[in-house]
Amino acid sequence: MTPSVKGVRKVEGAPLLELDDVKMHFSIKGDGLLSRGAKKVQAVDGVSFTLKEGETLGLVGESGCGKSTTARLITRLLEPTGGQIRFQGVDIAHMKERQLRPYRREIQLIFQDPYSSLNPRHTVGTIIGTALRTHDMVPKTGELKRVQELLEMVGLNPEHYNRYPHEFSGGQRQRIGIARALAARPKVIVADEPVSALDVSIQAQVMNLLENLRSELGIAFVFIAHDLGVVRHFCDRVAVMYLGRVVEEGGRDALYQQPHHPYTQALLSAVPDIGVVRGVPPKTRIRLQGDVPSPVDPPSGCRFRTRCWKAQDICATQDPALFDTAPTLHTACHFAEPPAESIVAAVN
Amino acid sequence: MDQTTQEAQTDFRGRRPRVPGEEAYLEVTDLQVRFPTADGVVQAVDGLTYSLPLGRTLAIVGESGSGKSVSSMAVMGLHDRKSTFMSGSIKIGGREIIGMSEQELNTVRGVEAAMIFQDPQSSMHPYFTVGDQIMESYRQHNKVSKKAAKTRAVEMLDRVGIPNPQRRVDQYPHEFSGGMRQRAMIAMALVNDPKLLIADEPTTALDVTVQAQILDLIADLQRDFGSAVVFITHDLGVVAEIADDILVMYAGNAVEHGPVEKILGTPLHPYAWGLLESIPAVSGTPGPLHPIPGAPPSLLAMPSGCAFHPRCEFRERVPGDMCRTLRPELIARTADTGRASRCHLKDPDRVFETEVLPRLP
Repeated sequence: MTPSVKGVRKVEGAPLLELDDVKMHFSIKGDGLLSRGAKKVQAVDGVSFTLKEGETLGLVGESGCGKSTTARLITRLLEPTGGQIRFQGVDIAHMKERQLRPYRREIQLIFQDPYSSLNPRHTVGTIIGTALRTHDMVPKTGELKRVQELLEMVGLNPEHYNRYPHEFSGGQRQRIGIARALAARPKVIVADEPVSALDVSIQAQVMNLLENLRSELGIAFVFIAHDLGVVRHFCDRVAVMYLGRVVEEGGRDALYQQPHHPYTQALLSAVPDIGVVRGVPPKTRIRLQGDVPSPVDPPSGCRFRTRCWKAQDICATQDPALFDTAPTLHTACHFAEPPAESIVAAVN
Repeated sequence: MDQTTQEAQTDFRGRRPRVPGEEAYLEVTDLQVRFPTADGVVQAVDGLTYSLPLGRTLAIVGESGSGKSVSSMAVMGLHDRKSTFMSGSIKIGGREIIGMSEQELNTVRGVEAAMIFQDPQSSMHPYFTVGDQIMESYRQHNKVSKKAAKTRAVEMLDRVGIPNPQRRVDQYPHEFSGGMRQRAMIAMALVNDPKLLIADEPTTALDVTVQAQILDLIADLQRDFGSAVVFITHDLGVVAEIADDILVMYAGNAVEHGPVEKILGTPLHPYAWGLLESIPAVSGTPGPLHPIPGAPPSLLAMPSGCAFHPRCEFRERVPGDMCRTLRPELIARTADTGRASRCHLKDPDRVFETEVLPRLP
């Protein structure tokens, strides 16, 4: 394990990363001067979860559910409008840049798009070297050696440090992004859709790389993806988000086999599954109507009620909180129950 | 379609099986598409052959650069003939597309064949209302008044499941959500009752719950109109849900072709095996992934022999360096003649059963 970094405080016994009722409301321009800032996009509205050392937590949900905003809050590229983000027990939600610097080292981000997240005018050596220099990782003389080590670690040729990003394929570029994140020896990596821009065969290569790094280096991951298969493969625990909230959270097997929230059930049922050919397809399919409502003006009470087939009057008036529904499973629904029959195809 | 036979023989999704000798509506024979560039000639499609009868859905599967979109744009006659070399034959309803004049093509596009694109945001004109764009497409092929065309547009919007079509018809594309826009695109494509529909990654840009709605809609419309559908995608899950047949493409050519349950259930080509081993599914027991090593070849410098051989872990099994020197034909490799693959491997079905199947995720 890496020694504690200078400038990073630690509360004994506190979990590695803890989000406590985190909110991010963006102001949007109104029509006139007076209405300016009156409307807010509630991108993230009260998200709480904890991440233990070496654990992987998956965040899934459809576009606009706030999963990428959550990634940007954890890495403090955004300052939340409410709540606490505690790293080893210390709240970093509103920390000033100077104090924050050592924490930035501990929490690194991998981006979705390997094309726009690397500077095309810098060589790979410079890109990774900048991360090393920013965080004072190695003496100047050892920089090149460390860059080459990192390139080798992510499966690239260490002699290619003086090449430019355009000389690499999409999968290789994503590996460069991973090497840059590893340069700081972080305790947490937030990966925002790290494989969704890649072709299937390359996607599996990068997934295996991330998995090896996780088991070798013991890094905790917050893994954001819209592909439920990818998340199931990679994560110990999964949180399902809808309109800025976590609606269900739990251990992987509990969540995929016995989801209690209607939205999780609908999401799983909607995944086009290759298992329908190799196994027994599910008897019924859940199909949601319409689209996700606007986060500017979310529905009252339970936010999913406008598309939910179980919705009653209580759903419009009372906002359900997460409560224990099954071992390791927490669900925010007034009518939480396991599905009557299997949602995905039965493959043996 | 005879109702009794349809009920008697249907597959796991209630679809009728392929009738041998059925007349093809779309017939592609030895299609070659090449683009000359400053770096050399890009061989985007290299000798592609397939056929598709009415009432069936063919999924063309492949990674980026496999030629799945380029070949389908050729079917629609969408390549600029000044900068594209094309040879071979494409027949839609018996009419040859290659070499057809632009004027003639206009009588095919929209009426005989229509296309849905991946990104509904950029494939609709932002300056015209959705109704105007559907009406334009209708009036291009039918001599009707604007009023009649608008009635037709409203009817189509209603058919593809857009609520309040009377009001929606006068709105602009930006007023539609992503899923709605894709529905409007489908309405525009189907307004002239085309017999062939080409859908190029129509759900890739959509969320999973909306994707499910659109897939249901396309399957539903296909049943109603009895049209032939070519569905281009990289998502094998989508294929499993919607397709009757699959054509797996690699480096500009088909490597495997056959019914969906066969190709996804017991594929015969090592590339198809590699794809199945790379996909983490939501069903079954999660296991380790076995990705295909390396990356697809450059279309500027295609490997000799079998295009897949540099990445193939089974090439040592074929005697005499055949994979490197001789390009295999797309033919039936087992007793089952309804499917074909392009691979020199002996007994591919046995190799799959004993070596690949046990390690599938």
